[in-house]
Amino acid sequence: MKYLTEFRDGEVAQRMAREIHAVTTRPWKIMEVCGGQTHSIIKNGIDQMLPNGVDMGVEMIHGPGCPVCVTPLELIDKALAIAAQPGVIFCSFGDMLRVPGTDKDLFQIKGEGGDVRIVYSPLDAVELAAKNPDRQVVFFGVGFETTAPANAMSVHVAKRRGLKNFSVLVSHVLVPPAITAILGAPENKVQAFLLAGHVCSVMGYWEYPPLAERFRVPMVVTGFEPLDLLDGIRRTVLQLEQGSYEVENAYERVVNFEGNQPAQKLLAEVFEVTDRAWRGIGVIPKSGWRLSEAYREFDAEDRFQISGIRTVESPLCRAGDVLRGVIKPAECAAFGKQCTPRHPLGATMVSSEGACAAYYNYGRFLSAEELAKAVVSC
Amino acid sequence: MAKDLRVDVADSPSSTQGSPTRDFANWSCPLPLADYPSIVMGHGGGGKLGNELVEHLFLPAFRNPALENLGDAAALDLGSGRIAMSTDSFVVQPLFFPGGSIGELAVNGTVNDLAVSGATPKYLSASFILEEGFPLAQLAAIVESMAATAKSAGVQIVTGDTKVVERGHGDGCYINTAGIGVLRNGVQVGPHRARPGDAILISGTIGDHGMAIMSVREGLEFESQIRSDCAALNGMIATVLDAAGGSVHAMRDPTRGGLASTLNEIAQASGVGIAIDEESLPVRPEVQSACELLGLDPVYVANEGKVVLFVDEEAADVVLDLLRGHPLGRNAARIGQVTAEHIGLLVARTAMGSNRVIPLQIGEQLPRIC
Repeated sequence: MKYLTEFRDGEVAQRMAREIHAVTTRPWKIMEVCGGQTHSIIKNGIDQMLPNGVDMGVEMIHGPGCPVCVTPLELIDKALAIAAQPGVIFCSFGDMLRVPGTDKDLFQIKGEGGDVRIVYSPLDAVELAAKNPDRQVVFFGVGFETTAPANAMSVHVAKRRGLKNFSVLVSHVLVPPAITAILGAPENKVQAFLLAGHVCSVMGYWEYPPLAERFRVPMVVTGFEPLDLLDGIRRTVLQLEQGSYEVENAYERVVNFEGNQPAQKLLAEVFEVTDRAWRGIGVIPKSGWRLSEAYREFDAEDRFQISGIRTVESPLCRAGDVLRGVIKPAECAAFGKQCTPRHPLGATMVSSEGACAAYYNYGRFLSAEELAKAVVSC
Repeated sequence: MAKDLRVDVADSPSSTQGSPTRDFANWSCPLPLADYPSIVMGHGGGGKLGNELVEHLFLPAFRNPALENLGDAAALDLGSGRIAMSTDSFVVQPLFFPGGSIGELAVNGTVNDLAVSGATPKYLSASFILEEGFPLAQLAAIVESMAATAKSAGVQIVTGDTKVVERGHGDGCYINTAGIGVLRNGVQVGPHRARPGDAILISGTIGDHGMAIMSVREGLEFESQIRSDCAALNGMIATVLDAAGGSVHAMRDPTRGGLASTLNEIAQASGVGIAIDEESLPVRPEVQSACELLGLDPVYVANEGKVVLFVDEEAADVVLDLLRGHPLGRNAARIGQVTAEHIGLLVARTAMGSNRVIPLQIGEQLPRIC
């Protein structure tokens, strides 16, 4: 498969890992921002290929880049309340359906008679609205900058077509303010960042040089395949060892400096920057998008006026610490015990980009030694 | 990689997309059936309409001596051996998909469950739950495909039933089949019989059926059409068991939940660990592409015409050659080994040389957000 298999070559990966070992002289902590990268790292065992000595090594810290995970519980409860209303067709991406609200998830709402549908694009939800004029169609528009253009386009198209029965429940979040919050926190231990390749495919990486300069941390735009990740890590370690803090692009086949200009223009028209609460982290100033004045009529929160939501987070769940990179999933006392994909306490255990789900689903309840000796020969 | 990802939400779940537009004029006596071009409540009422359905549709299609007298039960001669029995219900949507239909699935599914248990499938029952308004032409097409599939699998459909539910209380057509087979002498297979040291073989590419269904159900259009692998496995399995039956310890057809679920189940049932090499798994490029696009892992995607075999290491090459010599097993591969380590777990060696656990999934895989 073009553009995939050549980035999954085991021999090249081993060679790149050896290069990283050769240049590493001190202990480094690098955060991959994106949950998709976290999954690829754990699935492919990239973290176990990195140097791990007493006084030198590369530790990957998993970042908050899981849109499903950082969506506030209150908004999920609102989504459940809207989806349960008769006459509503509630549309969502698939991996939102199993995310637990305070009492239920969308699957339960569906089982109880709610019309909850998985769509592959928000534009499908617009079509649904056009074809069901007597129903209210709501799209759950969560995500980072990556999913924002399609969500913006759906609202733009709905407005152009004069659809009065389409709305979006928006919870968009942005990467640069999250990085600022992490680096500005007193307990921060992150020394460098792998920037999220797909976010940068939309936004470019012009937003990052001021951050790299201000906090004196190297940042490398990185893809998702094993060789992409190893190359991103190698370049980051080289910068750390040399004491430099540039923004580099290791994902040139997809990302350029300016990003996708038409998409950015549309985003600026449809959305405006707002403060956002991040689940497990708290409010980060100017860290999200909401619909701009011109498109506010499509805001499902305004249209449905859900009130009286009382959210209760599990006291055992440490998803916030996981999302800020303070602990690894397996360091949470509930991991694999009270909290499993079957009985998740937090969204990080269910989302396909959640770090806890990655650790559980790829078997990190086994120790590194147990895993290493698991397959002798086939 | 898919060139074009279009989704047509106009198709309701019960859409008849892809169904044949044939009529049933050639059935033995078209007039009474043609009075009603679609199923009415009376077709399940035990009266004249129901009888006409049997006489003009089911009987001509499935005709065999055991069915012929239309008794309350079929009388069967199975000889003196032990028998195996299995049942399965089929609720797939859409009813017709690239590479098969619910009718073929209903026959092959039960035939395969018997075959992987070491039995020679002989007789099936077929029960239909039809929704009021279901087009008779579609029912005829389903019944015809069942008849043809049964014939080529060497089994007879000897008893059956039809019920009709009110419109809105069903999804067009549900089918249940049960089957009886005669267990082969000298073959002892079961999910609890895998042993450390066994070689693990699969008869071909994984994920074809699940992605074929998903590509039509979700209206996803890929550059090349993905076809279901729906097939009766009893012929190929007989070839293996005839030549090397004593060396085969466990077999299973990895349907829902895919290869990963089957291997996990056998690891747990046998109290062993299973180690596979991810790079050895046969996956069609178009299936891999579709999975990448949707964020799915082909090891969890359903198959309907594949068998996983656990065989003595010494017989592994022989069995692999037997599989590859059969038209359904051309892409057969050796994918792993049973171990006494990590009991109950499936562990895969990745292309990177690292290891990862492949656990049972909680439910169906969900397409990811981005």
